[in-house]
Amino acid sequence: MGLLSERLKSLLRGPRSPVETGPPANGGSRVLRPGQAEADRRQSRGLDQFFSSFRDQAGLSILDLGGACQDNVNFITSLGHKFYSEDFLRIFQETFGEDVADQSNPGRIHYFLRRSLEYPDDQFDGVLAWDALEYMEPALLAATADRLWRILKPKGYLLAIFHSAERKQVVPCYSFRIQDVRTLQVSRHGERAASQQLFNNRSLEKLFQKFESVKFFLTRDSLREVIVRK
Amino acid sequence: MSSMSSMPVGRMEPESSRGGSATIGKAVKIAGQIFSREDLYVDGDVEGTIELMDHKLTVGPNGKVHAGVKAREVVALGAIQGNVEASERIEIRKDAKLVGDIKTARIVIEDGAYFKGSIDIVKSEPKVAASQPRPQPAAAPVPAPMAAVAGVSDAKR
Repeated sequence: MGLLSERLKSLLRGPRSPVETGPPANGGSRVLRPGQAEADRRQSRGLDQFFSSFRDQAGLSILDLGGACQDNVNFITSLGHKFYSEDFLRIFQETFGEDVADQSNPGRIHYFLRRSLEYPDDQFDGVLAWDALEYMEPALLAATADRLWRILKPKGYLLAIFHSAERKQVVPCYSFRIQDVRTLQVSRHGERAASQQLFNNRSLEKLFQKFESVKFFLTRDSLREVIVRK
Repeated sequence: MSSMSSMPVGRMEPESSRGGSATIGKAVKIAGQIFSREDLYVDGDVEGTIELMDHKLTVGPNGKVHAGVKAREVVALGAIQGNVEASERIEIRKDAKLVGDIKTARIVIEDGAYFKGSIDIVKSEPKVAASQPRPQPAAAPVPAPMAAVAGVSDAKR
């Protein structure tokens, strides 16, 4: 439990040093300097699909749940869109901490959603959820998916990323920085307790059943990118 | 030669003669409206509104601003809760916290900053007396380093 506690806290500490890392995508080894997080540039078909949906449009409202990030602000505002920021996982951590049982408490769920996703219905053309949904227990996850459906405009898109369909105790934490319309810089900074929820295609289809369509992109390293359309 | 005598003459002029800044210290709390014709450094608590149309507002690490802000430039090291209009640029530093909607020409957000709200990038109005032409808006996004700037005007970088 103590180990899990430390891992949970690592999320809020951000990049730590030295970072325990797996091999980078190219299979080589990498030495990290103190304070440096592992970062890889990777192609993202999900991101490509997300922004393809908004091609030739400007003035849209895009919500980023990954917190304030210069690259993402630069990219989205350069397309002429309005950028909204929520540090979703920070609020999640502040609200629930390590208390998994609390994530089934309707009062706490309501409080969390009021802090993190209190927006009018049909507010956003797109939501970048990244991996924020991966750490939630089923009751909270279902309520969050429902709230995301409400705040998206009809025909709006949501991009979410899930790291594995296997059941694990902990999963790595990442930050996602948009480099261009199909390239992400993914930086790992610690680990987090995994949800009891299993994220395979079937469970994700069930999770997003209110949405009109769900599309998956499975990468070579088991990263599951999901695009859903309201 | 002493260190004082080696300082440029301009550095020894009184603040007022070189358009210096006003300071609200960390033990000061103000509720109301602040209008200023000089730069302002807030390290205390301010509740209300702050307008420094052609000047710079700096919220120090101890500063807590619960106010709507209008200024030429805003630098946040402490906490701001309220909507911010910065006609030229806004910087949200590493440990700063800003909750509110931002309208500005350029923005810098350091890693570790907390920001909740929206960002509207608006073109700054070109100054008639400006001697140098301003660069055109970037046509395409470029991968930006950590301290890169979003926005349309880049003349000072």
